[in-house]
Amino acid sequence: MIAPLPLLQQLVLVLAAIVLLTSFVLLAQARLISAIHVFAWQGALVAAVTAVVAAAGGAPHLYFSAVLTLGLKALLIPWMLHRLARRLELDRHVETLRLPTLVVMAAVALVIFSYWLVLPMVQEGLAFTRNIVAVSLAVVLIGLLMMVFRQQAVAQVLGFMSMENGLFLAAVSATAGMPLVVELGVAFDVLVAMVLFGVFFFQIRESIESLDVDRLNRLKETAEERE
Amino acid sequence: MTALLVTLIAPAVGAVVLALLRSLALAGWVNLAVSTVSLGAAGALAWSVALHGEVVGLGLRVDDFNVYLVVLTAFVALTTAIFSRPYMRHVCERGMTSEGGMRVYHAMYQAFMFTMLLALTTDNLGVLWVAVEGATLATVLLVSLYRTPEAVEAAWKYFILCGVGIALALFGTVLTYFAAQHAMADPANGLTWSMLYRQAGSLHPVVMSIAFVFLLVGYGTKVGLVPMHQWLPDAHSEGPTPMSAVLSGLLLNVALYALVRLKMLVDGSLAGTQSPHLAGHLLMGFGLVSFLVAALFLHRQRDIKRMFSYSSIEHMGLMTFGFGIGGPLATFGALLHMLVHSLTKSAIFVTVGHATHIAGTQSIDHIRGLIRTQPVVGWSLLIAVAAIAGFPPFGVFTSEFLLLSATMQAQPWLTLALVTGLAVAFAGLFRHLQPMVYGGVPEGQKPVSANMVPIAVHLGLVLWLGLAIPGYLAHWLDRATQLITGSHLL
Repeated sequence: MIAPLPLLQQLVLVLAAIVLLTSFVLLAQARLISAIHVFAWQGALVAAVTAVVAAAGGAPHLYFSAVLTLGLKALLIPWMLHRLARRLELDRHVETLRLPTLVVMAAVALVIFSYWLVLPMVQEGLAFTRNIVAVSLAVVLIGLLMMVFRQQAVAQVLGFMSMENGLFLAAVSATAGMPLVVELGVAFDVLVAMVLFGVFFFQIRESIESLDVDRLNRLKETAEERE
Repeated sequence: MTALLVTLIAPAVGAVVLALLRSLALAGWVNLAVSTVSLGAAGALAWSVALHGEVVGLGLRVDDFNVYLVVLTAFVALTTAIFSRPYMRHVCERGMTSEGGMRVYHAMYQAFMFTMLLALTTDNLGVLWVAVEGATLATVLLVSLYRTPEAVEAAWKYFILCGVGIALALFGTVLTYFAAQHAMADPANGLTWSMLYRQAGSLHPVVMSIAFVFLLVGYGTKVGLVPMHQWLPDAHSEGPTPMSAVLSGLLLNVALYALVRLKMLVDGSLAGTQSPHLAGHLLMGFGLVSFLVAALFLHRQRDIKRMFSYSSIEHMGLMTFGFGIGGPLATFGALLHMLVHSLTKSAIFVTVGHATHIAGTQSIDHIRGLIRTQPVVGWSLLIAVAAIAGFPPFGVFTSEFLLLSATMQAQPWLTLALVTGLAVAFAGLFRHLQPMVYGGVPEGQKPVSANMVPIAVHLGLVLWLGLAIPGYLAHWLDRATQLITGSHLL
C-alpha cells in the first residue's frame, strides 16, 4: 500500500511540472491578454502547490500563504494588468517573438541547466526536494529569458512576476515556506512593484508614445553621441 | 533598544507625514527635522553599543559592524537633507518638477532612509531582502522625477535590472534557508543571521556555495559590480542630485554590507572543505574587474554625474576586493574606505549639484571656469576630487594605502593591477576636472546661492580621518574587523 505522504508529494511534483509548462506557454504566447490569463493560471497552480504542501507536511501556516498567493498572484495582479492593458488600449496587442524556435530551445537548455546545477545536492533524503528546486529555478530563469526577449513593457512585467512565482514555489516546496514576516514583506514588495509598474507604463507611453521598450535607447555611453 | 526603535521609526513616520503634508516650504524643514531626530537616536545607539555591547530584540540586532553604518547612513541623510531643502525648491521653481512631484520626493526620501536602516539593523536574511527591494521601490520614482524621456528610461532600466538581480538574491536566500532546515535544531530560525552564524559549520557546503553565487549576483547588482552595473550611471545621472548623493553614498554600502554578512556564513560553512575561500575569491574577482573597468570608463564620460557614478563603481569594486581578501588588515581598510568614500562621494554630488546649477547643464564640455564664477564651488570640487582620487592628506589615501598593503601581503601580483587602476582613474578624473574648474568662463555665467555647510563638514571629516584617525573610531572599526574576521588588527 502506498503511504499517503508520497502520494501527496507526487501531486506536488505534478503541479510543479504544470507550473513549468505554463512558463513555456507564457514565454511563447503572442497575444498579451492571453498571456495575462496564462499568468493567472500559473499563480493559481502555485497556490495549489502551497495548499498541497500544507496538507502533506501538516504546516497550517502554509494555508494562509496559499490564500495569499491565490489572492495576489491569481486574482489581484492579473486583474490590475488586465485593467492596465485595457486603459492602454493593448487588448488586441499581438507581439510575435523574434526567433521563437531559438528562444524555446534556450528555455529547454535552461531547464537542463537547472537540473545540472542542483545535481550536487543529491544526498539521501533530498531527492524529492531536488526536483522541486530544479523546477522552480527553471521557472525563475525562463522568466528572466522572457524579460530579455520580449520588447513590450507589459510582457516584461509578466516575466518579472513569473520569476516571483518561481521563487515562491522554491520557498514553499523546498523549505515548507519562509517565516511569515518575510512572506508578508515579499508580498507587500510585489504589490508595490506592480503599482509602480502601472505608473511607469503611463510614463513610458507619455515619453516614447509606445510601450515597446526597445525604443528606450537614448541613454548610451555618451562619448558616441557627439561624434 | 529605545534608541534603535527611534532611529528606525522616525523616518517611517516622517515618510507618512511628508506624503500627507501639502505645504512645500514646511516639507523641507520637516524632512530636516526627521533626519536630525534619526541621527540623534543613531548616536545614542552607537553610545549604548560601545558601552554595553550589542543591542538585540524584535528581530533586530545591532553590533559593532552595523552600528557604524547606521550612524553613517543617518549622518549623510541629515547633511543631504540640509542640501536638498533649498536645492529642490530651486528645481521646483524652475518647473522641472510639479508640487506633487515634490511631495513624492520628500516622502520617498524618508521611506528610502527607513528601508536602508531596516536592512542594516535586521537580523533576518528575509527581512534584509525585503528592505533592500524596498529601497529600490522607494527610489525608482525619484529617478524618473523630472519626467524627461531619459529619466523615464533610466528609471525603467533601474527597476528592471535591480528587480531581476534582487529576485536572484531571493533565490539564494531560499537556498540558505533550505540549507538551514537540514542543519539546525530549530528550523524556524533558519533565516536569523546570528543563529546561522553560530551553526555555520553544519550548513551544507555545496548548497551554501550555490546560494552564494545567486546572492552575489543579486546583491552585487545593487553594489554596482561589473557587469551588472548598467543601471547605476543612468540612475545617477538622470535622478535629482540629492538622490545621487544618497544612492552613491549609502545604498551601495548597504548592498555591500549584505554581501559581507553572507560571506561570513559561507566562510563558516566552507571551512574544512577543499575550497574554503570560494566566497572571498569570487568577491575579489568581481571587485577587481569592476574596479578596472570603471576606471577605464571614467575617461569616456561626457556627463559630470555619470563620470562620478563610474567613480563610485570603481570604489565599490575596491571595497569588494578588500572584503574578498579577508584578513584583518584588508577588512579594516575596506571598512575605513566605506566610511571615507561615502563622506567624500556625497560631498562631491552636492558640489556637482551647485556646479550644474551654475552652468545650467550636466555636460562636462559646457561646465567651465567654476573657480572664477564662484570660487567656493570651484575649490570644493577641486578638493573633493583630489580627496576621492586618493591624494595624501585625505582619508581615502589612508584606506587605499591599507588596502594596497594588504594586497601586497596576500596577492603581491595584484598590487600592480590596483596601482595601475588607481592611476588610470586619477588621470580620468583630472583630465575632465581641470577645464571645468579653470577653463574660460562662458558669458553670462552667474554664481548661485550655495549652502556649503554639508560639503565643508564632510570634507573636514575626511581630512581629519586622513591626518589622524581618532582613537575611539579606530577601536570601533577594529571591533568590527574582529567581528568579521575573528582577529584584531590593532
